[in-house]
Amino acid sequence: MQTEAAIDVDHDTFLKDLIAEGLLIPSGTAGVYGTNSVFEKVRLAVDDAATSLADPREAERLRFPPVLPRRHLETSGYLRSFPHLLGSVFAFDGSERDAVEQEARASEHGDWSEFQRMTDLVLLPAACYPVYPAIAERGPLPPGGITVETGGACVFRSEPSEDPARLQSFHMHEHVRIGEPEAVKAWREQWSHRALAFLTDLRLEVFLQPASDPFFGRSGRMLASSQLQQELKLEIVTPISADEPTAIASLNYHQDHFATRFGLVTSEGEMAHTACVGFGEERIVLALLRTHGFDPATWPIEVRGRLWGEA
Amino acid sequence: MTADILNEAEITTRVRSVIRRHARLPIDVDELADDADLFQAGMTSHASVSVMLALEEEFDLEFPDSMLTRRMFESIASITSAVGTVTEAGA
Repeated sequence: MQTEAAIDVDHDTFLKDLIAEGLLIPSGTAGVYGTNSVFEKVRLAVDDAATSLADPREAERLRFPPVLPRRHLETSGYLRSFPHLLGSVFAFDGSERDAVEQEARASEHGDWSEFQRMTDLVLLPAACYPVYPAIAERGPLPPGGITVETGGACVFRSEPSEDPARLQSFHMHEHVRIGEPEAVKAWREQWSHRALAFLTDLRLEVFLQPASDPFFGRSGRMLASSQLQQELKLEIVTPISADEPTAIASLNYHQDHFATRFGLVTSEGEMAHTACVGFGEERIVLALLRTHGFDPATWPIEVRGRLWGEA
Repeated sequence: MTADILNEAEITTRVRSVIRRHARLPIDVDELADDADLFQAGMTSHASVSVMLALEEEFDLEFPDSMLTRRMFESIASITSAVGTVTEAGA
């Protein structure tokens, strides 16, 4: 699959090359980058293509901001599974005198946290989280359930890394299915083919494999074991920059996890099941850059055709 | 680990008590045979974590990472065997 312009797999070299080309703009904080217009043009094309994977008659297109009401996060159970990944929003809470002291400390890069108080918001940890409470608010599902497409939502994971394929702030594009258990299972199966076909169309060397989430702590090992054994999570992986291939898409079957927490019931009054398919947009862009080179104008015609309709 | 070596029947009784309190089963644990599948009986993955932590407290032990698997916690018999292995190794 390698072209002449293909990049070394070592992530130090890959990261240096991406920065030298201006594709990534380092911020001084690990895992947080700006991007240039070339990178963004590819990401937006991936975003459009991911939207188009679902017929508009099949999926409702909803968009949510990069912050989530803390109450929804608390209801979701996220803190039990991933307490180490969440970013919470804090804001100033104090007097005028406190504000002066806060600025004095901040201007010297000292500790000004004592003047900050937790707000009602957290940073969005995954694109699908706002979908469950929004749909639950409508009451019982229509017969056959519902499918939602979130677009590329800006999400946050507190995991600083030098690997350009492990960002703290990135765009996750999801399709979410909520409905009867059998329908949800069949949907995920259908989407594993659809997602693989899409990424193969982009001439990426991809593999579908069972996977587990990075659950926290020793109890997390148990949860990961359960998830693997039941094949609740599948990942589509491709070589990007680490020794191991990196996941660029995942297909997650939550059983009734979100449905029980948010009260999602089918038209028959039974507890619904949910599943989601997520695409990591920056990771797909990085995989394309690594595989086909840094200049999209030189990419294989089939890839440009799939992304920009070029013939 | 200073725990005395426990006999299997005693471990089973205490394991059943932990499951009754922490597995959040929709049925009474007395209705389950020692080899019945706890997950099929309604124990969720998260409840199995609560059971694991409660067992460590009950028996004053720490399961090694290699034992923190779904299979190890799938029945009263498999849990009893795991507790027996760890207490024996640490005694």
